[in-house]
Amino acid sequence: MGLLSDPNRRKALTNLLTRLNAPICMVCYLAAIVWFMGLAFEPFTLRTYMSENAMGSTMVEERFSSGERALSLAKEFDAHKRKAGGMPMEWLVKAMQARGLEVFTQSFSRKLPFPDENKERYMVRGTNVYGILRAPRAPRTEALVITAPCSPGNSNNQAVGLLLALAQYFRNQIFWAKDIIFLVNEHDLIGMQAWLEGYHHTNITGMEYSPLQGRAGSIQAALSLELSSDVITSLDLILEGLNGQLPNLDLANLFYAFCQKLGVLCTIQGKLQRNDWDTAEGYTHAAQTMMLMVLKQACGRSWGDHGLFLRYHIEAASIRGINGFRHYKMDVATIGRLLEGMVRKLNNLLERLHQSYFFYLLPSLSRFVSIGYYMPAFGLLAVILLLRALDLWVNLGAPALEAVDGVTEAEQPSGPGVLTVLTPVVISHLTGVALYLLPVHLQEMAVEHFPVSETEAVVLTAVAIYTAGLALPHNTQRLLSGEGTEQGWKVLKLTALLYLAVLLGCTALINFSLGFILAVTLVPITASMTPHMPKALSALAMVLLSPAFTILYCVFIYQELIEAPVSVSEGWMLFLSVISQGILDHALYGSLVYPLLALFIYPCWLMFWNILFWS
Amino acid sequence: MQWQSTDVEVNRSDGTKNSETFTPAPAKDQFQEELVIRPLHSGDIYASFQFRTLWDTDFLQEGQKKVSHYRLFPKSLGQVLSKFSVQELHISFTQGFWRTMQWGQPFIPSPPGAELWVWFHHTVSDVDGNWKELTNVLSGIFCASLNFIDMTNTVQPSASFKPLGLGNATDHRFLRYATLPREIVCTENLTPWKKLLPCGSKAGLAVLMKSEKLFHSSFHSQAVHIRPICQASFFSKSWELRQTLNVVFDHYTSGQGKKEWSLFKMFSRTLTEACPLASSSKVYVDITDNPEGELFELSPATPLLSQAVVLGDRRTYSVYDLTRAETFGQLRSFNLLLRWKGDSGDMLRPLLHAERYVAGFGLQTGEIHTVIYNNHPYRAFPVLLMDSVPWYLQLYIHTLTVTSKSRDNKPSYIHYQPAKDRHRPHLLEMLIQLPPHSMTEVTVQFERALLKWTEYTPDPNHGFYVGSSVISALVPSMVAMSTNFTQDQPLFSSFVPVKEESSYFVRVYTEPLLVNLPTPDFSMPYNVICLTCTVVAVGYGSFYNLLTRTFQVDEPSPPLAKRLANFIRRIRGVPLLA
Repeated sequence: MGLLSDPNRRKALTNLLTRLNAPICMVCYLAAIVWFMGLAFEPFTLRTYMSENAMGSTMVEERFSSGERALSLAKEFDAHKRKAGGMPMEWLVKAMQARGLEVFTQSFSRKLPFPDENKERYMVRGTNVYGILRAPRAPRTEALVITAPCSPGNSNNQAVGLLLALAQYFRNQIFWAKDIIFLVNEHDLIGMQAWLEGYHHTNITGMEYSPLQGRAGSIQAALSLELSSDVITSLDLILEGLNGQLPNLDLANLFYAFCQKLGVLCTIQGKLQRNDWDTAEGYTHAAQTMMLMVLKQACGRSWGDHGLFLRYHIEAASIRGINGFRHYKMDVATIGRLLEGMVRKLNNLLERLHQSYFFYLLPSLSRFVSIGYYMPAFGLLAVILLLRALDLWVNLGAPALEAVDGVTEAEQPSGPGVLTVLTPVVISHLTGVALYLLPVHLQEMAVEHFPVSETEAVVLTAVAIYTAGLALPHNTQRLLSGEGTEQGWKVLKLTALLYLAVLLGCTALINFSLGFILAVTLVPITASMTPHMPKALSALAMVLLSPAFTILYCVFIYQELIEAPVSVSEGWMLFLSVISQGILDHALYGSLVYPLLALFIYPCWLMFWNILFWS
Repeated sequence: MQWQSTDVEVNRSDGTKNSETFTPAPAKDQFQEELVIRPLHSGDIYASFQFRTLWDTDFLQEGQKKVSHYRLFPKSLGQVLSKFSVQELHISFTQGFWRTMQWGQPFIPSPPGAELWVWFHHTVSDVDGNWKELTNVLSGIFCASLNFIDMTNTVQPSASFKPLGLGNATDHRFLRYATLPREIVCTENLTPWKKLLPCGSKAGLAVLMKSEKLFHSSFHSQAVHIRPICQASFFSKSWELRQTLNVVFDHYTSGQGKKEWSLFKMFSRTLTEACPLASSSKVYVDITDNPEGELFELSPATPLLSQAVVLGDRRTYSVYDLTRAETFGQLRSFNLLLRWKGDSGDMLRPLLHAERYVAGFGLQTGEIHTVIYNNHPYRAFPVLLMDSVPWYLQLYIHTLTVTSKSRDNKPSYIHYQPAKDRHRPHLLEMLIQLPPHSMTEVTVQFERALLKWTEYTPDPNHGFYVGSSVISALVPSMVAMSTNFTQDQPLFSSFVPVKEESSYFVRVYTEPLLVNLPTPDFSMPYNVICLTCTVVAVGYGSFYNLLTRTFQVDEPSPPLAKRLANFIRRIRGVPLLA
């Protein structure tokens, strides 16, 4: 403050910042990238540890041994599923009742805004079956949930079998302090959403469901099971939930601790942990794992049935069995023991999981990067926007100061009219609203006039509106009363820079990965954009770094990282399906990535596009 | 009111089975003990102990000399009664939740945790003071956290809790009601409770109460009820102390697959004698569902049967009189064995049951839903719903809705007392008419208050409890409903149903709620305090500096040569250089 109250020193400081603005920005950008990549380097990260006292020191003894029974139940379930052509409700109700649970069902139906071509569904109708194991001498105030989706085809039968075997085993134990809900949900996430909305008696997505009859108080934690083969070589832990929310790190620690105890191979993002962090391969491996997590988190969808629990402040994770044809195999009983151990530890909880981190990145299961370590990477990027804004502000202020000196330019308009700045802002945002609303609402018209399916119609409309937005600057100029002035674009750019900084800052607080990825692509182009650059070249650069292309790059990088590289045309198809999934996720589960991109990020980018074509 | 039927039944069996009493009936006090075992539809076993001490004395009568000679009645309680002028006292400790849908109605209902309600004598002037002291004394007697009862969780229900004994005081200023839903009940509460019995746990039915078995169950509830009643003479008032203990044993977890029960398996003890001080000591087994012995088998068999109308249903019991030597057989030990044969899977639907939950998500608002079911096929009946909600859930009473069959159901009586922050809970009492075969939903929205940081419990992330709501009702009786009872009844008795049997009193408790309040991260306060103080100090200092300082443009100081020149010029009297 002392620095700022002294006019000389203030001048010196601003001079320094404006003179060295470009180099400082370059350094910040590079530092951000280096910092981010450094996060995966093992000596810079912390080892995970169990924070929750109730789950830490008291190791439980696992005795579950009915793996064979689980497999035979899985076969029985499979047979009945085939016979019923969907959820074998009656059999499941009987099976749960026979195991001494209180059994309830919930039916639901949902009409999707447009057909989902990935999962081939449009009118969804299904039933959830759940059984509650009442804890002895507990007043129905707390519950744990174990779920297994009832998937079409051959998959996930073993999960249901194991669920029933676990229910039978748990029923005979006396030590439960929380009720345990065993849920078999149909139509994966849609069923899960219906059940959660029913349980909490809310309706945020327009789902139709029958009210739940049985409840067990507030749910403390949930585990989702996905097993599709009798023999498993490794278990994969999935944490990323809706809108990039993550469960408390202690849940991951718990899983890791039991994998260690039982000698089970465990992976995250499908990648095993390596011990050679000091070699280039070791580092690359960790960086790839972390990048995968960043990409998955950024896309804001729920990567397993657990993801929807997080909205209700219920810590949840999915555990997926992988049969990777390694020679190290384990049977269902081991997985049962692992789950038994986890559930017993969760049963010991006195409070909700809250001790450990909620914001973290995992380069491997035993190492984590906390929010304090990764936020500087984003901060360095955000600072560039602020520095550029400061530079512009000083620039805009300088002639005004001369005018005060009382020389010639007193009659010059003191600044551009509000109109010149407001018009592009409003028009960009209207385009954003069109991008958000029209694809879904115009699908019928599009299907009538073009030979495409509904899904294609929606996606192609979105792409068309996105592209049409690029033609806007020419149209906006016509609406303006006069010529765009030098000061006009500066004010507009100043507004846009601050707007972008606020947007990205807010996004990064909620979903770091999304904020960081957007910042990496948007910051360089927005920071350097002026109308005086060569038009064609910079237009190309702007388009190549626009939000849509960012999604496209992410698709390619993701495919590369999961070791399933795709050709350009396949990548394009994937890109289109990602857009349709994004719109569906928004409509079905309330994912916020699509509205964020359409209503805020894209209009903001359009404002910079406007500046480029300022005349 | 449900006790009346039991009373009748006790008297009847006394009359018919001329049990030879151990002690010659004393004039002043007497003690009875009994155990009722009821195999439940779900396959579980419900065991209910009742111990009753009667004493022809009056603790409250003025002018008389203080009662000081105690025989069967526990002195600790007697002194409490006279010191605090208690008219009626009901206290229960419960671990677990009574599952009405599977187990039917309990003989004596109680909510999870601790419940205490007391009617004070109408001569008491400072009811609140007495109440506070009483809770502290009881806390010591029962080794429970009753001292946590204060004005923030005490209410005065206007209609739901009427005196059960003598006395027509209905002015609810003398009533105090409180629950502690969080209270954990364990052996430390059982031991002082057992000590109140005349025989302790040395003889009689109380030997069965081994804590490791009692707490290896699905439900455990112990209670003490004290009330003044009329003695047989109808002129003298006498005091009744009723100690009850209800346990439900789970046939799954402890039966190891075999559905077989015996006293020894349940309690790891057998009975060898009645309490020598007891005037009557009996074991009843409910065999209503098993008239032909096809469902389960009892051994040893007993020829004594007793019928009673309990909770609106005519039940048949096998009776074992422990005061008779032949009950114990050759081995001098009585081990009742119950072997299941069939499987009674059908779930019974109790006529009245209720459940409650919190709807919504997030930490700002929420909605309490109370759902009440009337499963009677054609009779509507009114229920009294009482809700006591802590102040930190700020109820929006204008959002209160009562809907039955998707139509608005206007309560005929509403008594609402709003909460005062940190002083008084909300009290909501409503009289609602339940249409036949219907589901009635009562909803009210609330906002979660932000507590002061010292008001959080040591485990704030566990959540905060809201006690059970209480539903009191006169439910139409099953006996009145059924048509086949005419077979074993004389025709003249059944044309117009007897009034006492046409409906019976039921109290249903819902589950307590666990609600999360907005909770600060308590691992952080130190950091936060340090950081904020620093930021505030730096920010305040510099702003204060900027605001109060006057700014002047500094003249740059002239170079040394110029100053020298000026110095010489001043001496010479020549005008200075600029």
